[in-house]
Amino acid sequence: MTRAAIIVCWVMAIGLALFLIIPLLVIAAASFSPTPVFDLPLTGASTRWYGRIGRLDGFWPSLLLSLQIALLSTVISLVCGTLAAIAIARGKLPGAGIFATALVSPLMMPGLVLGIALLQGFRAVGFTAPWATLLVAHLVITLPYVARTMISGLARFDFTLIEAARTLGCSYPGSVLRVMVPALAPSFLIAGIFSFLASFDNYPVSIFLADVRTKTLPIRMLQYIEEAPDPTLAALSTLILAGTVILLFVSDRVVGLHRMAGTSD
Amino acid sequence: MTEAALSAPVAAPAVDRERLTAVGFVLPSFVIIAGVFALPLMLLLGVSFVDANGLTIANYKRLLGTPYYLWVIWNSLRLGLLTTIIAFLISYPAAFALARARGPLRSVLLATLFLPLAASVIVKAFAWTILLRSDGIVNETLMALGIIEDPIRMIFTETALIVGAVNIFLPFMILPIYAIVAQLDSRYAEAAATLGASPVVTFFRVILPLTLPGIIAGVALVFSLSVSAYVVPTLLIGEKYPTLATTIAKAYLLAREPGFGAAAGVVLLAIAIAVVALSARLSREPK
Repeated sequence: MTRAAIIVCWVMAIGLALFLIIPLLVIAAASFSPTPVFDLPLTGASTRWYGRIGRLDGFWPSLLLSLQIALLSTVISLVCGTLAAIAIARGKLPGAGIFATALVSPLMMPGLVLGIALLQGFRAVGFTAPWATLLVAHLVITLPYVARTMISGLARFDFTLIEAARTLGCSYPGSVLRVMVPALAPSFLIAGIFSFLASFDNYPVSIFLADVRTKTLPIRMLQYIEEAPDPTLAALSTLILAGTVILLFVSDRVVGLHRMAGTSD
Repeated sequence: MTEAALSAPVAAPAVDRERLTAVGFVLPSFVIIAGVFALPLMLLLGVSFVDANGLTIANYKRLLGTPYYLWVIWNSLRLGLLTTIIAFLISYPAAFALARARGPLRSVLLATLFLPLAASVIVKAFAWTILLRSDGIVNETLMALGIIEDPIRMIFTETALIVGAVNIFLPFMILPIYAIVAQLDSRYAEAAATLGASPVVTFFRVILPLTLPGIIAGVALVFSLSVSAYVVPTLLIGEKYPTLATTIAKAYLLAREPGFGAAAGVVLLAIAIAVVALSARLSREPK
């Protein structure tokens, strides 16, 4: 590459990094605003907004609901998605390629369309309990993330290792537990984190299944922002961001972000 | 199955059992995808052809036959196109720098991609409403620098919408491109240069075709995400830029017109499927 092209590439990369990170820094700074109008804490910081998060209308039930749905749907998807990925990777399944595409396809579908389709579908069969419909709906949101990560993770796994362990005297469940599970741990972690975050952050599907008493945290947050935005929301957003940073930091220590970039294609 | 049975009759039961196990393994996922994804989408297609008087194409006539709704569809496409083009123009050169970065610099750059990717869309859109307010940080900074005298109106404009959408969907563009660029063998470009190709020719004849799979993946992903975005237009521009997504939400949550909302959903779905099909076709085509 010519020198000029290299300079352009670096300017773009650094500009892009700043552009992506600035909104996150601003929201963290605004959460310490000394006044109720999102001032940057240049003249003195205040932590009072953090104390007010818990007093937001309906905050605790919504947080609890979002955590329950995200955790449960992730666990169920990890089990179902991994089993399916094993069957696909072992190549004994007729039509495995088509099924692998079908498993990942909800990722490319507009969330809002999935939301109204599920609303119609659940109504048609008389399944209207909000908590249960949210959980079932979030399985479709989380399963593609798990399937995608586990299929590419298993493509690199050598199944003869299980046979080798059995030849050496391991039982079948024992060899799966002691050979396959450790080898796939990084994929599990990546799949779990992305699936949890996809569910925890989902708005377009949940909005059609929630009711007045059963609202997930993103639905509440959008409502707060539209009604009366104040730095309390910036404080809440900062806490959610901090949680995300910790998740990413832990996964970087365990697997490395570079590997996550490789699996995301 | 028949082939295996003919060539090795003794092995047939074992093959059958392996197949049965494989089918058992995919069954839970199959039930989820078929029951909670494929069937509801088919039902939605059915609902879009129904109104209070029974079977009808009135919903599609209203959507595709009135200037207002054609404008709404154009708004969605315009949001998708502008976001995709701008995100591509930033991401493509940046991916080359990212691929050359090593050590701590690479970790920092990758972290600036992954953190926003993992961060909540609502949090990011909210951050842009703070940044772009008339008493917000962008205006204050521009005034402090003496670039403008009075605050300019940014929030609830198309500029705010596009800036926010590009910001939120950028990681989906650069990551697939980076994954390809990082594997690019620099010897191809060197070979082209040795054979007398100018840098411009090398770029268009060697580098661009080799990185095309990443570009197709990124463009398809960003377009299908931004064309159907809901949170971003709702918070950054609001009522005056209605899109297919906001029309769907309105039809279901306010107007109680499921048939019309379903028709709008089917149109949005058709756009998404067209993009996926086109990108799959393009990336399969021989060079």
